[in-house]
Amino acid sequence: MDITVPVLFMNISLMAMLVIVAVAIVRLRSLFAVVMLQGVYSLVSAVWFVSLDAVDVAFTEAAVGAGISTVLMLSAMLLADRTAKPIPVGKNLGSFFVVVITGLAMFYAIADMPAYGDPHSAANAGVGMAYIEATREQVQVPNVVTAVLASYRGFDTFGETVVIFMAGLGILLLLGLNGNAGKWQAQPNGQAIGGPGPSITPEVKTKPKPVKKTTAASKRKVAVKSKAKPKAKPKSKSKSRAKAGGKS
Amino acid sequence: MNQHLILRVVAKILIPLIALFAFYVQFHGDYGPGGGFQAGVILAAAVVLYALIFGLQAAKDAIPPSWVRIGMTTGVLLYGGTGVATWFLGANFLDYTIFAPESTHSAGQHYGILAVELGVLCTVASVMVGIFYAFGSRQPELSDEDW
Repeated sequence: MDITVPVLFMNISLMAMLVIVAVAIVRLRSLFAVVMLQGVYSLVSAVWFVSLDAVDVAFTEAAVGAGISTVLMLSAMLLADRTAKPIPVGKNLGSFFVVVITGLAMFYAIADMPAYGDPHSAANAGVGMAYIEATREQVQVPNVVTAVLASYRGFDTFGETVVIFMAGLGILLLLGLNGNAGKWQAQPNGQAIGGPGPSITPEVKTKPKPVKKTTAASKRKVAVKSKAKPKAKPKSKSKSRAKAGGKS
Repeated sequence: MNQHLILRVVAKILIPLIALFAFYVQFHGDYGPGGGFQAGVILAAAVVLYALIFGLQAAKDAIPPSWVRIGMTTGVLLYGGTGVATWFLGANFLDYTIFAPESTHSAGQHYGILAVELGVLCTVASVMVGIFYAFGSRQPELSDEDW
């Protein structure tokens, strides 16, 4: 496929911008600027994807990379420090060599890459072309990407959805939906259970429900493993917390 | 956040449009670029913008955290349930043609893709909002010099 000179010029300048932004990200010490530049990096690569006719990928990159992940990185940065401490050059030498060797290996591999739009490349020759040809009769949606994503590769997309679900579940288990994981306390049977949180919030104190539940449960089982209790507790607590948050 | 009048006014105009655009991306995914993933992220971005401008508590009152938990499981169940439904109709897992086998314009495929993309939308939007809630709740509100 022929690439016209203006498109080639634009691609090269976009790649140059990516390199400049990447170097700036490495050099900067202010984490706020770094997070913003990561958003810029995502936007520039989204533009580059558009120029490669990968509109769906560009859309995702712009929405996820520049939109949500910038916000999430910002909120993570607010929990940590605003500036990165400078690292002595000696500590960076190992990673420098890894980067150089990987980069050289990639340059070596460029020779084996198929040309842009090559119909005989591995991605286009096999099942890819079959999907493009069959979509018109079997699925009949104009956007082939949607047909491949949701119909031909529906099982893969199911896996991706479950991966996102697991990511959310992991965050919720680690941090808690209200950021209160690890801060709960309770005294079932008079013994203190819970993390080293500074104090019980009054909101939790006024809720006798979860405490009652566990005492009832421990009455049923006379010998309760002390390990099982903390696992059962935060669940009921976060539930009552969430309900209270929803009502207020 | 009370003194940022311009931000609040602009956000009030933009947030409904962002949510509307999310649903456009969702239901137009068959015809143009887009689909459940992108729409979910854009929908979550509307909630995140609301939380940034009007405070996390206001966002939690509008979209309670319990919705987030329900939404993320509903999405996965909707996707998996579509596959199970095709099983019960006698086809392979996620073989949508069985929803309308007589159709000449592949209506079954369209129904299946619609259901599956709705599941993706639910899960992605809920998880993104949930992650933001989880991170955002662990710190005090942004002070004015952070803006």
